[in-house]
Amino acid sequence: MGFFEKLKQGLAKTKKGFIEKVEAIFTGRKIDEETLEELEEALILSDVGTKATSEIMTAIREKAKRGEVGDTVSVKELLKKEMITILGNAQPLVVYGEKPFVILSVGVNGVGKTTTIGKLASRFRSEGLSVILAAGDTFRAAGIEQLEIWAKRADAQFVKHQSGSDPAAVAFDAITAAKHRGIDVVIIDTAGRLHTKSPLMEELKKVKRVIEKAMPNAPHEVLLVVDATTGQNALRQAQMFNEAIGVTGIALAKLDGTAKGGIVFAIKKDFGIPVRLIGIGEGLDDLRDFNPEEFVEALFS
Amino acid sequence: MFEALSEKLESIFKRLRGKGLLKEADVEVALKEIRLVLLEADVNFKVVKDFTQKIKEKSIGKDVLESLTPGQQVIKILNEELCELLGKINTRIQLSPNPPTIIMMVGLHGSGKTTTAAKLARLFKKEGRRPMLVAADLQRPAAIDQLVTLGAQIGVPVYHSKETNNPLTLCQDAVKKAKTDARDIVILDTAGRLHIDESLMTELQKIKESVAPKEVIFVADAMTGQDAVNIAKNFEEQIGIDGIILTKMDGDARGGAALSIRAITGKPIKFIGVGEKIEMLEPFYPERIASRILGMGDVLSLIEKAQKSFDQKEAEKLQKTIIDESFTFDDLKDHLKKLRSMGPLENILGMIPGMNKIKNLDVDEREIVKIEAIINSMTKKERKNHNIIDGNRRRRIAIGSGTTVADVNRLVKQYIEIKRMLKMFKGKKGFKLPKFLPF
Repeated sequence: MGFFEKLKQGLAKTKKGFIEKVEAIFTGRKIDEETLEELEEALILSDVGTKATSEIMTAIREKAKRGEVGDTVSVKELLKKEMITILGNAQPLVVYGEKPFVILSVGVNGVGKTTTIGKLASRFRSEGLSVILAAGDTFRAAGIEQLEIWAKRADAQFVKHQSGSDPAAVAFDAITAAKHRGIDVVIIDTAGRLHTKSPLMEELKKVKRVIEKAMPNAPHEVLLVVDATTGQNALRQAQMFNEAIGVTGIALAKLDGTAKGGIVFAIKKDFGIPVRLIGIGEGLDDLRDFNPEEFVEALFS
Repeated sequence: MFEALSEKLESIFKRLRGKGLLKEADVEVALKEIRLVLLEADVNFKVVKDFTQKIKEKSIGKDVLESLTPGQQVIKILNEELCELLGKINTRIQLSPNPPTIIMMVGLHGSGKTTTAAKLARLFKKEGRRPMLVAADLQRPAAIDQLVTLGAQIGVPVYHSKETNNPLTLCQDAVKKAKTDARDIVILDTAGRLHIDESLMTELQKIKESVAPKEVIFVADAMTGQDAVNIAKNFEEQIGIDGIILTKMDGDARGGAALSIRAITGKPIKFIGVGEKIEMLEPFYPERIASRILGMGDVLSLIEKAQKSFDQKEAEKLQKTIIDESFTFDDLKDHLKKLRSMGPLENILGMIPGMNKIKNLDVDEREIVKIEAIINSMTKKERKNHNIIDGNRRRRIAIGSGTTVADVNRLVKQYIEIKRMLKMFKGKKGFKLPKFLPF
């Protein structure tokens, strides 16, 4: 099964509601105000957000006015094109440069950070890369144990301190260990934190500073994990985490439900942060590269 | 946001002033703004549609009360309708006549079931009951460990088994155990699951049929977007829920999901989770969530919290200082001290409308110690008049308090900011100064 098929399968549940909506809109009806309104509704219901939706709709309305949209097929194509344009080119997570490649995983509580990096570690391992998982969630009860189980599943090395210890020290030790052992990738887990809690965001800044001390230019990737069921607050999350430590990529988790994940459009539009990965299931290999064309295509096909 | 909404509504209705009746065309324009605000707050599109229709019907032709502007009148109707939809205060969890009372926690992955289960257990224990927690999440790695750790923290036994992978038999065994141990409350922490995962939803049904819980509590993340209706609908239809707990309300999500879930299920929202710490579970107050969805800030919660920490006399004195604008560094020190007794600062600050916009007010708990030291190193004159604190004085204060000049500068800035804000609150038309503003 090709990637596209798998993605479609994974998104099958996700897209159902959305597609039914869009299909209903596109089946043989000429573009009119009602159609546009229904389209707008579909976007809003997908958590695209009022701002992004209104920009997409403005573009389509203008083209409709200029007569560029005659029949329904071209409205569909136009919408796809608009949405792909917003997402930009595919920017997958690529390991590069001097060893180790350091990834810092951050996000609010319960979005799926630990699960996502467990899957990510497994993927790197299957590509033949050596991986250290660093147990930086020293706050949550059993946060360390949860990652340790993932490390075993993914056959990755594991660095931990005691519960309640300084996450920056864990990160430092993991990178130092990786240097000594010639490890390719270090993935650092962190405790979930609401972006509104300034002491916790300060702690994160410190983790990043210490990582920089352990290895110049690191972290090479600051991955913000976002729950696909999250609404407009994901924008605030992206903004605040970005302001604090500079987010370089988004991992969109839990895309296998009925949530549409439309927030990625708004995040890309407002902050220019690309989506790198999507989580489409609970299996070890249910983590995929985010590809804008395929993502939009799978939503509309 | 609320200010933006109320300003917009005010300007829409400005030309209407004195006309006495709310006209359809004007209401329509106002509703467009309201619709946007609700959508931005993540209230489901369809719920917004129904809701604004109701507002429209209630508003048109309505007499504008003498004391209100038309804009205020619409907000009043909006607020009343929101509160009605959100339901009444209802934090009672029904207890079985024949103990133990079984409570079953259900919800999506990462919604906060495990933490909430422990928070509930703590509440019951405080009431003098004998709760037992059951680690029935056999899916997520280390979920059992998490609940065991939390149970130990609050001194509540946790029934668990690493031998079985069948949550149904585990729950049955747990109930038996609770009976022999004379536990009167059993809280089942089930695994997170997708509402469209048929086999896992069936598993929940079976557990429900088998142990007959008195209440099934649906745990939902306050940050949930449009999909909240689908999720809630599925859990309600397939499992049947008795109450709702909204978690992660300590963030800045506007919590429109509360409205969506209520509209779909009609079940009461009983508690809200307001922090990671085990005691951070609060009753659900509809008016407060309504204000929050409209972006009004949680003034009521703030007032209630403040009331607990200030006695009446102090409050009067404080209000006087605010009104006199004789707010000194000594007052600041006093109020910061009291604030600390009210809970984490950020919680308090987040409840004040407009507060999150004031950048320099980013006060860290640890900072308060520093602030106190700095103020203690000021002379009496300096505390009363910040204008005389020049470079030399700042240096002296820094040395005296073991801080840096930058720290002193920052505090002075924050102080000026607070003073300005107090003036703003005071000067604001239509803004009723909370009686117990904690500064």
